[in-house]
Amino acid sequence: MNKIATLSDYERAGKEFPELRRLIHGHRLIYLDNASTTQKPQSVIDAMTTYYEHSNANIHRGVYQLSEEATTAYEGVRQKVADFIHANSSEIIFTKGTTESLNLLAYSLGKSLQKGDEVVLTHMEHHSSLVPWQQIAHEKGALVRFIPLRDDGRLDMTVAKRLITANTKFVIVTHVSNVLGTINPIKALSVLAHAVGAKIIIDGAQAVAHFQVDMKELDCDFYAFSAHKMYGPTGVGVLYGKKELLETLPPFLYGGSMIREVTLDKTTWNDVPWKFEAGTPNIAGVIGLGAAVEYLQNKEWSMIQHQEQELTAYALEQLRALKPVKIYGPLTTEERGGVISFTLQGVHSHDIATLFDQRGIAVRGGHHCAMPLMKLLKTAGTTRLSFGIYNTKEDVDAVVDAIRYVIEVFHQ
Amino acid sequence: MINKKQIGEGQLTEEQEIYRENILDHYKHPRNVGAIKNCLHQHRELNPLCGDELELFLEVENNKIVKVFFSGAGCAISQAAMSMLTEKIKGMGVEEAMKLQSEDIVDMLGIPIGVVRMKCALLCLKTLHGSLKGGSHDAYA
Repeated sequence: MNKIATLSDYERAGKEFPELRRLIHGHRLIYLDNASTTQKPQSVIDAMTTYYEHSNANIHRGVYQLSEEATTAYEGVRQKVADFIHANSSEIIFTKGTTESLNLLAYSLGKSLQKGDEVVLTHMEHHSSLVPWQQIAHEKGALVRFIPLRDDGRLDMTVAKRLITANTKFVIVTHVSNVLGTINPIKALSVLAHAVGAKIIIDGAQAVAHFQVDMKELDCDFYAFSAHKMYGPTGVGVLYGKKELLETLPPFLYGGSMIREVTLDKTTWNDVPWKFEAGTPNIAGVIGLGAAVEYLQNKEWSMIQHQEQELTAYALEQLRALKPVKIYGPLTTEERGGVISFTLQGVHSHDIATLFDQRGIAVRGGHHCAMPLMKLLKTAGTTRLSFGIYNTKEDVDAVVDAIRYVIEVFHQ
Repeated sequence: MINKKQIGEGQLTEEQEIYRENILDHYKHPRNVGAIKNCLHQHRELNPLCGDELELFLEVENNKIVKVFFSGAGCAISQAAMSMLTEKIKGMGVEEAMKLQSEDIVDMLGIPIGVVRMKCALLCLKTLHGSLKGGSHDAYA
């Protein structure tokens, strides 16, 4: 079986990820902000460069060779992404990121909300899934309800069963918490939502790079994620939707490509998924996403998952041994991803992050776009470590040393 | 091109280490903490990025700052900068204090401040200028 990843694995990864070869303040880069964005492998960078150097042309329009090459490459990625999450290519919409995917749904689906309807979210949602639904619900006079958390950082499913009722129209849940690392029981929530005729939307931004995500198995209605958190470029995201739902859903952005026929007083829409892709898309970005999917497909999910789980277990054990450290979220690795949030009594998370940076360690400090969760946890912000495919035991050891240093600086 | 100094790249020099000790000292033992009742120059500011909070109370006589108190919560840079600034402005003329700029705060702190942390460093200046404008203000009430 695999052992915990060590420095030699990091050096191997450094060959694939150019930025890992950088020195920060004279130290090797220890990149632990993967929940925010991951580093990019050379293959992703090359795919985008090659497109710009050899096949740059707009898609779906030109009938010349270059445009055909670009169109083939772009549409090829749609099929790759569909295979990656076990869906049909007509169910894959390219957006500019998870945020746009989730906004698209709030605007399009939200149109059907009526006074007294209910939308169910969780207390651990990122602002990008919480705010659009909060706003559309206010506008429509609908109610927003939140599934609470138990003390161990997991959803209280007993309350969830009570909250999801015949009044519920939409359930919006993050697959993996970007603060606590909790993996939520999506299959069970899909069953609850569908039993009352509600649609369920999943924010998969923190999931897709870390374990196999299967649309058939989860049976959710919509699933959103970003390329840049799965070793791909920024500015590209995906919205998966069940085909029959996408067909009845009104478009979100109007413009070129998304139309079938336009007259001065009316317009008919293109087929799905193009109905939702108005204007020239981020073609190079989509091609980069394709390379990122290939990068992940060339690895074994069991290897990625095992490695990240071992690191998470090791980090939890090491951090728990440090007295002034308080860890938020589940303390076991069961149904838990590689995201660990902690606070240090008397030290602001940004001061921790700044001192870590002096040692080449990149971590995130702050509220992680989850202010309601911070309020629940009674903290202004946490320091967050989040693992990626290239992290090692030595990275965790460096964090532990750095925490000892912060304690020495602030508590002496 | 990103200016290397601006993003805080490179090791701290010995002189900068001393400044950092000073910042930590002000953070752990802030000077001039308190409040003034019925204050005519009171202002509160928030930094939504970090959740830093500062409230400043000034007493002005003959166009001079004669009393300074503050309260606050947040990161070391925001709190230490306010504490250091209260020492700097005590006895200062109102006009001179109004003329203080970002560069003065960066000089006062003496360490390289990254673009992201600059908001923390400059919150004290925003609070000072808000309170000098007179009256009792809460920018976020």
